[in-house]
Amino acid sequence: MEIGLTHYLTVASILFVVGIFGIFLNRKNVIIILMSIELMLLAVNINFVAFSTHLNDLGGQVFTMFVLTVAAAEAAIGLAILVCFHRNRGTIAVEDVAMMKG
Amino acid sequence: MENNTVIALTGDNLNLLAAAPEAILAIGALALLMIGVFRQDIARAQLVHWLTVGLLCFAGIVAYTGGGEPQYAFGGAFVSDGVSRFAKLFIFFGTAITLILSRAYLLRANLMIFEFPVLVALAALGMSMMVSSADLISLYMGLELQSLSLYVLASFRRDSVRSTEAGLKYFVLGALSSGLLLFGMSFVYGAAVSTEFTRIAEVVAEDGRNIGMVIGLAFILAGLAFKISAAPFHMWTPDVYEGAPTPVTAFFATAPKMAAAVLMVRVLYDAFGPSAVPDWQMIVAFLAAASMLVGSIAAIGQTDIKRLMAYSSIAHMGFALVGMAAGTEAGARSVMVYLAVYMVMNLGVFAYILTMRRNGVAMTKISDLAGLWQRDGFSALCLAILMFSLAGIPPLAGFWAKWYTFGAAIAVDDGKLVWLLVVATIAAVISAFYYLRLVKIMVFDDAADGFDGPMGGEFRAVLGLSAAVMVLFVIGGLGITEMAADAATIYAR
Repeated sequence: MEIGLTHYLTVASILFVVGIFGIFLNRKNVIIILMSIELMLLAVNINFVAFSTHLNDLGGQVFTMFVLTVAAAEAAIGLAILVCFHRNRGTIAVEDVAMMKG
Repeated sequence: MENNTVIALTGDNLNLLAAAPEAILAIGALALLMIGVFRQDIARAQLVHWLTVGLLCFAGIVAYTGGGEPQYAFGGAFVSDGVSRFAKLFIFFGTAITLILSRAYLLRANLMIFEFPVLVALAALGMSMMVSSADLISLYMGLELQSLSLYVLASFRRDSVRSTEAGLKYFVLGALSSGLLLFGMSFVYGAAVSTEFTRIAEVVAEDGRNIGMVIGLAFILAGLAFKISAAPFHMWTPDVYEGAPTPVTAFFATAPKMAAAVLMVRVLYDAFGPSAVPDWQMIVAFLAAASMLVGSIAAIGQTDIKRLMAYSSIAHMGFALVGMAAGTEAGARSVMVYLAVYMVMNLGVFAYILTMRRNGVAMTKISDLAGLWQRDGFSALCLAILMFSLAGIPPLAGFWAKWYTFGAAIAVDDGKLVWLLVVATIAAVISAFYYLRLVKIMVFDDAADGFDGPMGGEFRAVLGLSAAVMVLFVIGGLGITEMAADAATIYAR
């Protein structure tokens, strides 16, 4: 069996959906949410690279580089906010992130 | 098969002059960071604060005097045209005004540190990149620069549980929406073999309904709806508005809304072009209807004025989306006029909310406004005018803003959007209830205890000016409508 574009897109879509479910179904820990976000961005990267090689266009790989950079910055800021939150609240369990209800 | 074309960025297609406001802001923000980092005391922080205000005003003037035909920079990834100039003018000056308003709060809360103005300047830079984007990559980079700065600003009171919780919630949902947006972009890229808006529009026009393009469009719309806090993607808004420090809430409610809405116009009108209008029209119309109803109905039960303004912003974004759903030149114009008026209204309201303090404690309950009329007639009058304008009562600016959006939607072929206008009218009536209730509380209820001390001059000036704009808007729209009409001519077809 030859591995074609569809296979890559399927893998990426599965990873992306796992990421989304990780955010919404996880009731334990905010760190898991951060990992899920990372998973979503990496799924997008697989999409871009797969399209890029399949279509013979470099643009997608360039985009991937930008996404990787931004993902690193995003993780840094997310962890920084999480550290501040932990100092104030003493916990990072998802159900405790609920001072305000809306 | 080798069809890779490498575009070298030479003087010709680099065209840095078109991006002059962004260059000024980027270099200025970095310079201010250096000025701030060498001596960390309040005097230096205040200096950086005022320099940032100056920098933003300078960038605003440069952005607006650009003028003329659309100019492309960075090999077509960045465009400076009427729409982006209009948005930048309001973004830069609105940001400068929120900075001026936040000074007193920062000094009191011991938050006068130089990072605040620098982060605000970087957020403004991200917003101006967003409204000028002509390529998916530059769109994403601008959006992330803005979002990352805003996440930090939301949790700027590091010692407050509410503020850090607001930051955390905003971060998680913002990152989720960026993920959705990117996922959509990857499919659009796959369908168009390019990230440039002009090329994407060509492919849409040739191919019609390509399945990848439609999937991409749906994901991108979901991501953008998060950013403008349109229902059903609005869950983060009330919590973030309530938890964030009040000056930051004032900032969230003004410039980023303008940037995100104009960005949405760019994506829908530029990138997908006229031939995709039937594909997205009903999605945007649904977002508009849901936002207007959710914003109007959920706001009724609120007792906190920051939360009330959050739901009010959800409803107002819905009204702006009514105009956007039209997909015409008039639609683009109405979105710009709506957001400009909305920004001015919100600046006035938040200028007053920032002064609501009793015995040194910030008050955010609606009941604290009771009997304001007897205590402070000027503020009560200005706030009442702003509330009438938010409710959309003629002849104030809020009415004319709605007039243009409704007008754009009703002109759509075969009255396809008439149902949306019915929903919009119902929502406007419901939302009038809580705006007018606020006026009733201010004028007729028994007076609550007064707020601290005399109101600072800057708050009085912004409140008075924004109320004056609401009243005087009837005189030819104060040039705003004409400016927006000129800008929207690029969408004439």
